[in-house]
Amino acid sequence: MLLVVEQFLNGLQFGLLLFLLAAGLTLVFGIMDLVNLAHGSLYMMGAYFAATFAAWTGSFLLGALLALGATLVLGIVLEMSALRHLYGRDHLDHVLATFGLILFFNEAVRLIWGPAGLALPLPAWLTVPVPILPGIHYPAYRLAIIVVALLVALLLYLGVMRTRIGMLIRAGASNREMIGALGINIKLLYTLVFGLGAALAGLAGMMQAPILTVQIGMGENILILAFVIIVIGGIGSIRGAFLAAIFVGMIDTLGRAFLPNLLRQVLSGAAASTAAPALSSMLIYLLMAIVLVVRPEGLFPANRR
Amino acid sequence: MKTFSVSKAVTALMLAGLVVLPLYSNLSGNVFILTLFTRIVILALAAASLNLIMGFGGMMSFGHAAYLGIGGYAVGMLAQEGIGSGFIQFPVALAASAIYALVIGTLSLRTRGVYFIMITLAFAQMAYYVASGLARYGGDDGLTVYKRSDFSGLINLSNRTQFYYLCLACLFAVIFLIWRIVNSRFGLVVQGLRSNEQRMQAIGFPAKRYQLVCFVISGTMCGLAGALLANNTDFVSPAVMYWTRSGDLMVMVILGGMGTLFGPVMGAVVYLLLEEFLSQLTEYWALIMGPLLLLIVLFGRGGIMGLLGRLNRG
Repeated sequence: MLLVVEQFLNGLQFGLLLFLLAAGLTLVFGIMDLVNLAHGSLYMMGAYFAATFAAWTGSFLLGALLALGATLVLGIVLEMSALRHLYGRDHLDHVLATFGLILFFNEAVRLIWGPAGLALPLPAWLTVPVPILPGIHYPAYRLAIIVVALLVALLLYLGVMRTRIGMLIRAGASNREMIGALGINIKLLYTLVFGLGAALAGLAGMMQAPILTVQIGMGENILILAFVIIVIGGIGSIRGAFLAAIFVGMIDTLGRAFLPNLLRQVLSGAAASTAAPALSSMLIYLLMAIVLVVRPEGLFPANRR
Repeated sequence: MKTFSVSKAVTALMLAGLVVLPLYSNLSGNVFILTLFTRIVILALAAASLNLIMGFGGMMSFGHAAYLGIGGYAVGMLAQEGIGSGFIQFPVALAASAIYALVIGTLSLRTRGVYFIMITLAFAQMAYYVASGLARYGGDDGLTVYKRSDFSGLINLSNRTQFYYLCLACLFAVIFLIWRIVNSRFGLVVQGLRSNEQRMQAIGFPAKRYQLVCFVISGTMCGLAGALLANNTDFVSPAVMYWTRSGDLMVMVILGGMGTLFGPVMGAVVYLLLEEFLSQLTEYWALIMGPLLLLIVLFGRGGIMGLLGRLNRG
């Protein structure tokens, strides 16, 4: 029982983290129609910034705040210097150009921070276990991730659905020329959206950092997961990304935790212990394949253009 | 029609260079260049196979490295089990790639556009994780191929020059085959589907079936490259299938010129030589390579072949 609750929460936490990454990706994809492979690099940069700033300032929160600003600025600079010129081009061009950016970021990180990973230690008040149910404790930090991510998701929803900027963003997504003709500075809007996506990716990176180590290439595996999520959820749909992220987070975590035992019921011990890790890594890709075969546009497709 | 063009001349020069390379290597005693170019020729073969579906068929596969792994593992696994004959290993490698292509092609071709890019990527990642889970065949660490494929005296793969010429012959054979396919009725249908699928379907062509066959042919060709690659490195590991590998192949195709016959070969030669050159220049070669790719995308429409074509006109 304890294990089930704990893994369930782990799955939720991982899913919410994935949502932060996928939200930025799907916004950029849905609004600018840009395939950004370098989104994972922004995630990595968020983690490196946080580790560096936290070490400089000596405060975890201050470091995270500074890192958030730094990824926002980095995203804006990246958009204005390079990615802006890719709008309206073929998706293949996006893949190639942002692939180049990944190479660049990985190498730049190696040059600046060295090939060894960094650690981002947690402050003492985040390491205590918190009782959530009678007799069941859960790490405060993971709980904090859940709360922060849910809060961000809510803000994002309200921001996109209830504010003027959000309205402009949605309008820009459905018809770019029209909103430009109405006198809205679409370029600025795009830059803002990209910066927002970058900051979200950076936030995801810095929140994951204390759990895993901060290292080169950390953004690449999780980027593919984020792509799986937006494809399952339907490209451009934040609601779809949210549901799919939770779904994928749960399946991945629960699969890794319980699949070995399940397989052991069917197969011999040795066969199960070799098959289980591969099978649990495959689960989400299998899920994506099934979703795409049944509903090629994803589960919650955004409005067609 | 012009009889002379810059792109034709450069292509001919490059091909001639590839043919006489072992001569230079043997005369100068520079073994390294032969090893390097064997790798280049094999990856050029893989890039050419990707170009068949990407350039001519309009199917943007982001999971082509999976076939490199499948072909390689077919050779490695059979060698491990004591079956060293190339006459068994290579057909198995091709058949395994074809079957894999048939399965994922059937599923992936239901989608289009970005979804197609993503689903092929996801399947390749799946293949990557399957290979990582093969504990019997080395798992994450990969599998050493202790003995190269044995063609019972017909050709000796351990001889550098012979192996190089085998790879080059395979490359030329594949390019010849692609040339025949592209100019056949089948190839024209596939290219028509790239331009306008709806219209082709309205005329009465079963679109998906044509695309699937093209997809399988391409995958099988890339499986051949995989089998050669495993022989070249005497090693195969899941890393061969990692998604950045698929990205590399895409870069080669686009860099050389998508939808041209010799573009991918040119792309592979330039990309891998550049990588080699930059990595000798500085340890941080990717720092230059990355932005270079960006610039190529932004300013170099049509890749090297497109550039040469413009030179000719300008």
